[in-house]
Amino acid sequence: MRSRKLSHYGQQFFFVGPAVLFFTLVMIIPFLMGMYYSFTDWNGVSGEVTWVGFDNFAKIFSGDPDFWKSFWFTVRFTVLGVVLTNLVGFFLAYFLTKPLKSRNVLRTVFFMPNIIGGLLLGFIWQFIFIKGFSTLGDMTGWSFFQLPWLGDATTGFWAIVMVFVWQYSGYLMVIYIASLSNVSKEVLEAAEIDGASHFQVLRSIIAPLIMPAVTVSLFLAISWSFKMFDLNLSLTKGGPFKSTESVALNIYNEAFLNNRYGLGTAKALLFFVIVAIISLIQVRITKSKEVEA
Amino acid sequence: METRSRGRNFVIEIIMALVALVFLAPFYFLFANSVKSFGEILSNAASWPSKFNWDNYSKAWELARFSEAFRNSALITIVSVILITLFSAMAAYKMVRSNTKFNRILLMLFVMSMVVPFQTIMIPVLKVVNTLGVNNSIWGLLLTNLGLSLPLAVFLFHGFVKSVPLEIEEAATVDGCNPITVFFRIVLPLLKPMMMTIIVLNALAIWNDYLLPSLILQNPSLRTIPLATYSFFGQYTKQWDMALPALAIGILPIVIFYLLLQRYIVEGIAAGSVKG
Repeated sequence: MRSRKLSHYGQQFFFVGPAVLFFTLVMIIPFLMGMYYSFTDWNGVSGEVTWVGFDNFAKIFSGDPDFWKSFWFTVRFTVLGVVLTNLVGFFLAYFLTKPLKSRNVLRTVFFMPNIIGGLLLGFIWQFIFIKGFSTLGDMTGWSFFQLPWLGDATTGFWAIVMVFVWQYSGYLMVIYIASLSNVSKEVLEAAEIDGASHFQVLRSIIAPLIMPAVTVSLFLAISWSFKMFDLNLSLTKGGPFKSTESVALNIYNEAFLNNRYGLGTAKALLFFVIVAIISLIQVRITKSKEVEA
Repeated sequence: METRSRGRNFVIEIIMALVALVFLAPFYFLFANSVKSFGEILSNAASWPSKFNWDNYSKAWELARFSEAFRNSALITIVSVILITLFSAMAAYKMVRSNTKFNRILLMLFVMSMVVPFQTIMIPVLKVVNTLGVNNSIWGLLLTNLGLSLPLAVFLFHGFVKSVPLEIEEAATVDGCNPITVFFRIVLPLLKPMMMTIIVLNALAIWNDYLLPSLILQNPSLRTIPLATYSFFGQYTKQWDMALPALAIGILPIVIFYLLLQRYIVEGIAAGSVKG
């Protein structure tokens, strides 16, 4: 009996041990440390760390307009990013589940931006916005291309939204394709025979049946856009004048540019709470709309 | 009826082809301009190059120290992915087969940790890396990659192991295999479909990652491709005949990897997100 017990612990240690070790070192301990440091004035360099109570949080809520500016930017960006990536992703999937000859090629193309990291994509698009668009503007005379791209707050914002949609719609398309191809052909044909319009079929039959995919896609899109960092850094660096700074970039700058690690961790903790609440609410709402197929 | 829907599909096909061209346009801009002279880029960024200056590439390759960067990126990605896949499969297997309270709580912690944004642990994790003395080394990056990627991988394997029938393992045990042999000989090969997903997801994420390596690796000789590109782009801002070939070199390996394995990549990602 005793040797069986030992062998149970031995196996547990062998199989689960490595995962637990790395998870503890990289997630659990830093998370707990972060909670502690957010109540201190740690600057990251000196060993001296003083407990300051709720000072950091008070500072964030009363005296940090830049943080709230970046928060508002992130919220606006998330709303647009989530809606647009899902719409584009869904409609690409909707048409790619029709019997098209070029289906596989198209799927490969639409997914491609996604495999390249946000940092390199941002740099590529920086060139397109600055040089490519101005050339296209000269050629076509369209005022859309002649706007001061990346030069002011509005164009900077829309530039990030555009690249984001270009980058992520293909990913959501793949999820929607998987879900749409599970919608039974008989049900769709029956609806067509009953005289339902395309829009009615989409709204009353397809939409409820693909709700699980909507839950996943919304969850992913919210998490990508809320945590966006690489694209932001390489495309606008938060400029001009911090007008396109996301929360993730604001936290990064607070810690590594201003050397206020304590304040940075306090913001990061607040960021976690906000992300967790939003994700929970979203999953609750869309889960309640799922139906049994 | 039949011809009408065929005609409609043809129209859809044309429209989708146009959308695909818009999706591909950025790659055209990148590659066409990467071989132009600086003057030609400035005068017309949309035209086909009049002459292919391949030296742009060799110059960028040298100046950005890409051969080192490639070696570092490949080493870090391959080792991280192998260890993530192995450790997560092992953990998930044991957690499914022995349903103890500890393992149930552990799974819950893994799932909860997936909501935590990287920024939340970013600053203290550097402190941990410093304390362990692995700052500014590939070991430090391996350690953090493992810790950050294991939760999702364990979660995905956990769902998959449940569908692996227990009978085969029991038969092997009766035949005298010990639990470790059972896992490596019998269970691990059965996990292959989910393994593909986990390899693809992590390989792309780690190869493309900028933020974490930028915080851990300060030594220029340790730079990965995103780090080398970032520092090069900062040095040669607006010098497009250098910056663009560097970007093209940076994305080429991953585009080739994708085109060769695209079926596995797309399916792997679909499988991963539907389960997640």
